[in-house]
Amino acid sequence: MPLVVEGLRYAIAGRPLLGPVDLRLDHGGITAVMGPNGAGKSVLLRLLHGLVRASSGRISWAGRALDDGIRRRQAMVFQKPVLLRRSVAANIDFALKLRAVPDIAGRRDELMRLARLDHVAQRPARVLSGGEQQRLAIVRALALEPDVLFLDEPTASLDPAATLAIEDLAKTVRDRGVKIILITHDAGQARRLADDIVFLHGGRVTEHTPATRFFERPASAEAAAFLAGKIVL
Amino acid sequence: MQDFAGAFTLAFSLLASFDADLYEIVGLSLQVTLSAVLIAALIGLPVGALIATTRFPGRGLVIVVLNTLMGLPPVVIGLLVYMALSNAGPLGVLRLLYTPGAMIIAQALLVTPIVAALSRQVIEDRHGECAELFRSMVVSWGRAIATLLWDARAALLTVALAGFGRAIAEVGAVIIVGGNINHVTRVMTTAIALETSKGDLALALALGIVLLIVAIAVNGAVSALRAGTVPASHV
Ligand SMILES: Nc1ncnc2c1ncn2[C@@H]1O[C@H](COP(=O)(O)OP(=O)(O)O)[C@@H](O)[C@H]1O
Ligand SMILES: [Mg+2]
Repeated sequence: MPLVVEGLRYAIAGRPLLGPVDLRLDHGGITAVMGPNGAGKSVLLRLLHGLVRASSGRISWAGRALDDGIRRRQAMVFQKPVLLRRSVAANIDFALKLRAVPDIAGRRDELMRLARLDHVAQRPARVLSGGEQQRLAIVRALALEPDVLFLDEPTASLDPAATLAIEDLAKTVRDRGVKIILITHDAGQARRLADDIVFLHGGRVTEHTPATRFFERPASAEAAAFLAGKIVL
Repeated sequence: MQDFAGAFTLAFSLLASFDADLYEIVGLSLQVTLSAVLIAALIGLPVGALIATTRFPGRGLVIVVLNTLMGLPPVVIGLLVYMALSNAGPLGVLRLLYTPGAMIIAQALLVTPIVAALSRQVIEDRHGECAELFRSMVVSWGRAIATLLWDARAALLTVALAGFGRAIAEVGAVIIVGGNINHVTRVMTTAIALETSKGDLALALALGIVLLIVAIAVNGAVSALRAGTVPASHV
């Protein structure tokens, strides 16, 4: 689903938080959205998924404006995973039933194996570790069979091993043809995963560059400063 | 008037001998209050869920009114139901006055605002956590409500318990609309009031003990249920 964003702006109570943003994503793979805290990365993702309405500008997916039909082909994993107060298996079932997926039991088992959660299937979701919760949130999103998967800092509070598990999962999902748009401010992670980088600073996209080029010579001074570990606010 | 210790001894012997009158009164109390709580839940839960998940003009006022209604004195409810059900009242044709039906209506009116107001709060909190997820997943409104109710089941059980506690212990409403008629509308609280005023402290005390046991049993059952359905981390 190619994405075209034109003149996108978002303001709350007259205070501009984002924009103007112009952006095109027309290939699969993993796009990383990078930038310092408060740059507007999460706001951008919510706009692209239609969780909040733009103040002005245009977002189109596959030539169509955002509506429930488009949103049904997308899924989002929030930075702090929102899990239903039921078992791991029931969390996945919820999503499968929502899209009327045939063979719920089979598909659920497959997804739990993918997330390596099969041994905790009947545990309440909320007793899982942070990494397990995040993996559950991701495979529950996959249960919706999306074409586009948004991940908002999926490894922000995880240890290296849990981070690696999430990254492996992301690669598997990408290889199955799901477009991933991932927020991260971990340059190492972006280097490991991303095909292209959208760098956001102060609510604006300062550059959109293929990953290899971005890490060798970023086009914008803000991105260069960010990569050099200098704080840009 | 009997002496204090004597009253206790008599009370326990009434309980131990399965005194028919005593158990009839206890049975009616439970029947009336459980029916009232069930009705209150059937009305109050949807109302609470509706208010929790929708935005409309005057919503703040509705919540204030609902919260105020939680504290409505039972005698006032008794009086209103009495007026509605009396021969001259709009529902007089139903001939419900001085029947258990009237008592159920009065207690349901007492408990419904409690269930609605408390469940509104519980569901709204949960909705705050899940609203974006539901929007993201394109969950229909009806399914969202059902999901919120199920997710909040432990807290909602406590809400029902609060309603039960208030209804089983109130005397003002049931005495006005029920009339405390022996073998017809006599429940624990009205019997306690009557027997105390007659000076028959043993029966009053026995009923008071039963009331306490019922309260403890219901609370215990609910905690056990919560422990069973919901692990400690969810509470
Ligand atoms: N609902 C909101 N109300 C007011 N300000 C908000 C809201 N959401 C985000 N912001 C502000 O917008 C800016 C960008 O936020 P966000 O997109 O969350 O940043 P990040 O790039 O760290 O994800 C921040 O300054 C944040 O405080
Ligand atoms: Mg963010």
